[in-house]
Amino acid sequence: MRTVFTKSLPAILIASAAAILTPLALPFTSPAAHAQQQDQFSLCWSIYVGWMPWEYGDSSGIIDKWADKYGIEINVVQINDYVESINQYTAGQFDACSMTNMDALTIPAAGGVDSTALIVGDFSNGNDAIILKEGSTLQDIVGQSVNLVELSVSHYLLARALDSVGLSERDVSVINTSDADIVAAYTTSDVTAVTTWNPLVNEILSMPAATKVFDSSQIPGEIIDTLMVKTDVLQANPNFGKALTGAWYEIMAAMENSEEVRAHMGEASGTDQEGYEAQLASTRMFYSPVDAVAFVNSPELKATMEYVADFSFDHGLLGDGASDSGFIGIETPAGTFGNANNVQLRFDPSFMEMAVAGTL
Amino acid sequence: MQRLINRSPSRPLRIALSIIPFVLILLTYQISSGMRKAENEQDKLLPSFTEIASAIDRMALEPSKRSGEYLFWRDTQSSLSRLVKGVSIAAFIGLIVGLAAGAIPLIAAPLKPLITAVSLIPPLAILPVLFIVFGLGELSKIMLIVLGVSPFIVRDILQRTQELPREQLVKAQTLGGNSWQIILRVILPQILPRLIDAVRLSLGTAWLFLIAAEAIASTDGLGYRIFLVRRYMSMDIILPYVAWITLLAFATDWLLLQLSRFIYPWYHSEK
Repeated sequence: MRTVFTKSLPAILIASAAAILTPLALPFTSPAAHAQQQDQFSLCWSIYVGWMPWEYGDSSGIIDKWADKYGIEINVVQINDYVESINQYTAGQFDACSMTNMDALTIPAAGGVDSTALIVGDFSNGNDAIILKEGSTLQDIVGQSVNLVELSVSHYLLARALDSVGLSERDVSVINTSDADIVAAYTTSDVTAVTTWNPLVNEILSMPAATKVFDSSQIPGEIIDTLMVKTDVLQANPNFGKALTGAWYEIMAAMENSEEVRAHMGEASGTDQEGYEAQLASTRMFYSPVDAVAFVNSPELKATMEYVADFSFDHGLLGDGASDSGFIGIETPAGTFGNANNVQLRFDPSFMEMAVAGTL
Repeated sequence: MQRLINRSPSRPLRIALSIIPFVLILLTYQISSGMRKAENEQDKLLPSFTEIASAIDRMALEPSKRSGEYLFWRDTQSSLSRLVKGVSIAAFIGLIVGLAAGAIPLIAAPLKPLITAVSLIPPLAILPVLFIVFGLGELSKIMLIVLGVSPFIVRDILQRTQELPREQLVKAQTLGGNSWQIILRVILPQILPRLIDAVRLSLGTAWLFLIAAEAIASTDGLGYRIFLVRRYMSMDIILPYVAWITLLAFATDWLLLQLSRFIYPWYHSEK
């Protein structure tokens, strides 16, 4: 009797542990893992000039109005930390999230979360910049330490800028610096060069001894702000895509035409209308869906994503399994870049086309 | 019938009981990871143990392709060096200021309210000030640890000094000791083991400030790596780093305890 008991004890323990632990493990699994028809959706966004429309859409009730029209519910959540918002989306807490094309490739797509750019809202047209304390041209950066958020669009911008004048990352040394601290960091004597984004760029340029030597307007259309939606959720629930796209272009119209709306967005992002307009000046907003659709359909988008994939692969951002920059397929209307059997990132203009046609 | 509060587990049972929570955590992880992997093979939130092992292999046992260094060990070395410097400086300040203020009322009068006030400032809230004063290099990282930890040690040492039996000090005085002799020969030897206690208690805080400092601006360190790979959610690297930090913290704490037992056996025997 005793031997039987001791023999089976480990087995009993493991079985009962598994029985107890499986429910405990449930919170870690994503609610929307098996895409099916659902009527509640969630969207996350973080503070950035091109994503403030989501705040306005939420507080003005425009998003609710469109959600009601399609008989669904959309929960809009602001997350204070940009990277955390993407991580939450990738982990399965949200159906949609605002992010740049590069982060969409390196975080959700590289993590196997097939994502579709539902809305292409704008591209950075000067919002990201390289600033030097001493020196007036980009060549002066050779041998300096550059403070930036490593592996972010700033890092990408630096790599593209160095490439444009025949230099490479070996000619500088990169110091990872949190975006929250980069303005304060610039005031110290240790820091001689930074690469960052707005509103930090404007803040730093207002200091003495700050020269902008390169900005994203020199690589137009490469740093793109999008709304990414899980591809399976979108396919199973086209109404979610329709409601979001409809709401977005109603917000765009209000934003383009009303100073009050822009002032509201400025305040919500922690600045004022003047500060917000300054950021908008270096952002190419696609107020009209016609422009956004033309942008997504252009062959340049595919070329851009190729650059982004090359950079990401060189920095190990596509994961260990990646054998080359085309490991993750990127689908654009002009054609698919990389592995067509492993498409994880898609640019799909069809919902924005409905906005053009007025069928939403 | 023996009451529950009087029943203590035998040694083997105690060891088994202490392992069970860790095993349960690992099992929960294993099951959760398996469930997520079943849905999405490339899930990065809860990597499998094989993926974690391959990440450890890549970081610790193979030189980095870009710099030829063993990243894991370099990170460990930089972080430990910062931690040791920061905590040592904080302990030194804590000992000198705490002892002086605890033993000499004339020094305590101006210092005590100041120390209380300084200890209440959250160091992370004054980061920009720290940058401007100490720059962005190694110094500011070490200073963040010093600022975060030393007020606690100062207050603790001050308190412990004042708690020493008054009779001892009176006795030393009747034997003809002057202030300097009493501080050096009566108070200091009794305070040193308590300083080790204070340092042990403040290690958790020191790690917190170290990780925060490395997240701000650096090119190496355990905290740097965690915040860097967080950008693409490499939990396969983050999880072993967290485990390693825990282990390092545990080991430092244990070493300090052994050191204290070795140098001050009288202090531990009276407890």
